[in-house]
Amino acid sequence: MHTFHRIPGILPGAALWLFSHSSLADWELNLTEGVTEISREVYDMHMFVLWICVWIGVLVFGAMAISIVRHRKSRGAVPAGFHESTFAEVLWTVIPFAILITMAWPAAKTLIAMEDTSDADITLKVTGHQWKWEYEYLDSGVKFISSLHPESREAAALGSGIDPATVDNYLLEVDNPVVLPVGKKIRFLLTASDVIHAWWIPDFAIKKDAIPGFINEMWTNIEEEGIYRGQCAELCGRDHGFMPIVVHALSQEKYDEWVSAQLAAAEAVAASADREWAMDELMQRGEKVYGTYCVACHQANGEGIAGAFPSLKGTPMMLNDLEGHIDIVLNGKPGTAMQAFSTQLNDADLAAVITYERNAWGNDTGDVIQPATIKAARIQ
Amino acid sequence: MNAYATDAHHDDDHHHGPPPGLMRWVTTTNHKDIGTLYLWFSLIMFFIGGVMALVIRTELFQPGLQVVDPHFFNQMTTLHALIMIFGVVMPAFVGLANWMLPMMVGAPDMALPRMNNWSFWILPFGFAMMLATLFMEGGGPAAGWTIYPPLSLQTGNALPYLIFSIHLLGVSSIMGAINIIATIMNLRAPGMTYMKMPLFVWTWFITAYLLIAVMPVLAGAVTMLLTDKFFGTSFFDAAGGGDPVMFQHIFWFFGHPEVYILILPSFGLVSEIIPTFSRKKLFGYNSMVYATASIALLSFIVWAHHMFTVGMPLAGEMFFMFTTMLIAVPTGVKVFNWVSTMWQGAMTFETPMLFALGFVIMFTIGGFSGLMLAMTPIDFQYHDTYFVVAHFHYVLVPGAIFGIIGGVYYWLPKWTGNMYDEKLGQAHFWLSTIFVNILFFPMHFVGLAGMPRRIPDYAVQFTDFNQVATIGAFGFGLSQILFLVLVIKCIRGGKKADDQVWEGAQGLEWTVSSPPPYHTFSPQPVIK
Ligand code: HEC
Ligand code: HEM
Ligand SMILES: [Cu+2]
Ligand SMILES: [Cu+2]
Repeated sequence: MHTFHRIPGILPGAALWLFSHSSLADWELNLTEGVTEISREVYDMHMFVLWICVWIGVLVFGAMAISIVRHRKSRGAVPAGFHESTFAEVLWTVIPFAILITMAWPAAKTLIAMEDTSDADITLKVTGHQWKWEYEYLDSGVKFISSLHPESREAAALGSGIDPATVDNYLLEVDNPVVLPVGKKIRFLLTASDVIHAWWIPDFAIKKDAIPGFINEMWTNIEEEGIYRGQCAELCGRDHGFMPIVVHALSQEKYDEWVSAQLAAAEAVAASADREWAMDELMQRGEKVYGTYCVACHQANGEGIAGAFPSLKGTPMMLNDLEGHIDIVLNGKPGTAMQAFSTQLNDADLAAVITYERNAWGNDTGDVIQPATIKAARIQ
Repeated sequence: MNAYATDAHHDDDHHHGPPPGLMRWVTTTNHKDIGTLYLWFSLIMFFIGGVMALVIRTELFQPGLQVVDPHFFNQMTTLHALIMIFGVVMPAFVGLANWMLPMMVGAPDMALPRMNNWSFWILPFGFAMMLATLFMEGGGPAAGWTIYPPLSLQTGNALPYLIFSIHLLGVSSIMGAINIIATIMNLRAPGMTYMKMPLFVWTWFITAYLLIAVMPVLAGAVTMLLTDKFFGTSFFDAAGGGDPVMFQHIFWFFGHPEVYILILPSFGLVSEIIPTFSRKKLFGYNSMVYATASIALLSFIVWAHHMFTVGMPLAGEMFFMFTTMLIAVPTGVKVFNWVSTMWQGAMTFETPMLFALGFVIMFTIGGFSGLMLAMTPIDFQYHDTYFVVAHFHYVLVPGAIFGIIGGVYYWLPKWTGNMYDEKLGQAHFWLSTIFVNILFFPMHFVGLAGMPRRIPDYAVQFTDFNQVATIGAFGFGLSQILFLVLVIKCIRGGKKADDQVWEGAQGLEWTVSSPPPYHTFSPQPVIK
């Protein structure tokens, strides 16, 4: 861990206060060194610039302190007459300029390396949605959605009464983590479906905006197996603080195993979409899907938030308009926060969530929507 | 030019005092009255924006959501920033300019007094409209003060009101800026050449040009948002061939010069205060003027340093990194000159000087983090974290705002004719300085440790520093009540101030009585 002496306290007061605090060791005070070559370069550069600032600070504030102590009227100081010096002015223009060049050189070098996304081994497409991440492995076709872990979501509700300290990795845990192999050059393609988000893992020292309608690129090469956490880093609406990112970095073999397991599971899901589902089965699954994908806006009681997200309880669409219901869930409503779920959810999930909405909260329409219906609606 | 000013004044009833009652303030065209209005307005908005900040800090005292819904939290951060920038710092600067620029250049009043009245009276309406959005369907604006689309286009009914209020504020600023330029160029006393103008005048002169250059850019950007939302255009919508990043370029082409609008007049203020209390002429007057001008020029070619993560081409990132780093040079020159002014002076430490010294130290700390942010590869780590929040609060609060408060203490005896309570002033300074650091310094740490900005809830490892910051916030907020008390006390009475007020003060404003007559300098003094 980074010990305290590596963080030069610019403010002695804050430093003293910190020293006196007992649990200092647990406190993260500084940038992480991270687990990639780039992240270490970034860390070193950060420390380099920080120390330059500290030394300039010592000089400037030191000179001020001397003046304040020695050149005060109460000590009988008599003001000197000088008020310019070309020599001094040239000096303190040229020296800072030279210092800046020593900083700019390594920065430019690292920047060039950071922007070189060529020759990647694996490509991961990342799509930001309000408020979850969608991942698609372009090489293997594995694809899933990753959102805040339900335990965190529950604890994070306003006035939940749950102490966040009792939740593992509060706000930094997801239901489906990204899995990546170590020692491989991984290229990320970033985009978004609604508003701008930003994908950031401090340990990799990479952060880039995911912009609707555009694709950004970045890359990393993870050196150590482990779990790495990050968060969305661009304000994206109400739950911006609630769309974390978790990466599990595995060895190549374990990664390959994971990929095969994912592909097998996807096949099973595809198969299940072709059969008839029972109401209970749909309701159960629907509740789960709703709890992950819809609850942030429409709320657990289906009543939404007045003025922002509509209620789904006893509304005309819920009770009488099945076609409209399927349409808005599949295609969303452009220009509103209601997004198109056709690309995010499979037929079974969509059928389940729509069935759930039509029967929960006293809607009780008795409608049962089969995956086959969704499949047909997609084709239209 | 000067002949025009004196002529215009002959048929004026300038020997009369102001009309009595409330109408004095509504109809006034007197630069001192308008200055007073601006300053009070700014102080009131400071408390409103401050209460919003305390809502934010209260929610962030602990992990978990305790007091507000995230959507409301976002409304608070957005309005807090808009109010502090457009409702506090800018009006305070314009208020100081109104009071002091005519007196400092030896003019009888501002050049365009009726427009002056209007540019103030637009403000209360603009902000009333902005604050009213909080009660509209869908709530107030919640996309951050940077109002990036597409998120800002999800705003409810508030959006058009927000945009219209930004237009009003822009119109007010532009009129204020035109007035300042007209005053400085036309109404200087005979013999007051440009290179004899006090630095506060110079920094405002340059700031006024920045305002005229960039406020229309902001107006254009928000108007494009409006047409995208209501009139079917797609400036910022990729589906219609637009580009959301284009908004960010336009916004920051306004936004970076704007951050200098928020600091240059404070540079001027401390450049007045430090020589007075060091009893020594400002070191390097000429280079101060040139440094201010180069900062202003450079500020037009660095905007995209706020957007390093949007995916610019490598060459673009390099360009904006180098130009941003370059700004550190003239900024450094200013700091070195202030320190050299103190060097071998005969310093005393009355409240204005304390605030000026606090400014130099803490603005420089903000400048350091600015330099770190300028380095693109590391900015990828810092960007949109609390480290940025720490940075811009160091330059804005103990920077811009300390400069303003210092300026108010400096001239308060001149304005009111009474000395303020020095003990109270010193207490105000020390409490503010201690708490402002407790408030903002820990933000560097949580930012580096990985806490994103603009979030209402955070992972538990960030708890301790957030608690410290919240304590600092309440301490800082409460300390400002002292300032209010002090100002009211000083207006009501106190030890009489003489014309000179401060032993080492130089400049025309100290040649008139304290308080100055309702109309000063007609006929104009002659500078030798
Ligand atoms: C990001 C917030 C958000 C999420 C998440 C979300 N919705 Fe919506 N939803 C909205 C908004 C906003 C509208 C209103 C759109 C409009 O203006 O008509 C809406 C409208 C609807 C409607 C139409 C209601 C009516 O009576 O017109 C249905 C049905 C619906 N959503 C279902 C869902 C389902 C199912 C999910 C989860 C798979 C979901 N929504 C997730 C925001 C959201
Ligand atoms: C030494 C000179 C300065 C440098 C090099 C500098 C650099 C920067 C950089 C690079 C950023 C963007 C950080 C990011 O978002 O990743 C930034 C943000 C900011 N700066 Fe500065 N800065 C300087 C001085 C100032 C001053 C004088 C002010 C205003 C008084 C200011 C106000 C701000 C504000 C308000 C932001 C945040 C904007 C936002 O994203 O909301 N800065 N600065
Ligand atoms: Cu976000
Ligand atoms: Cu900037």
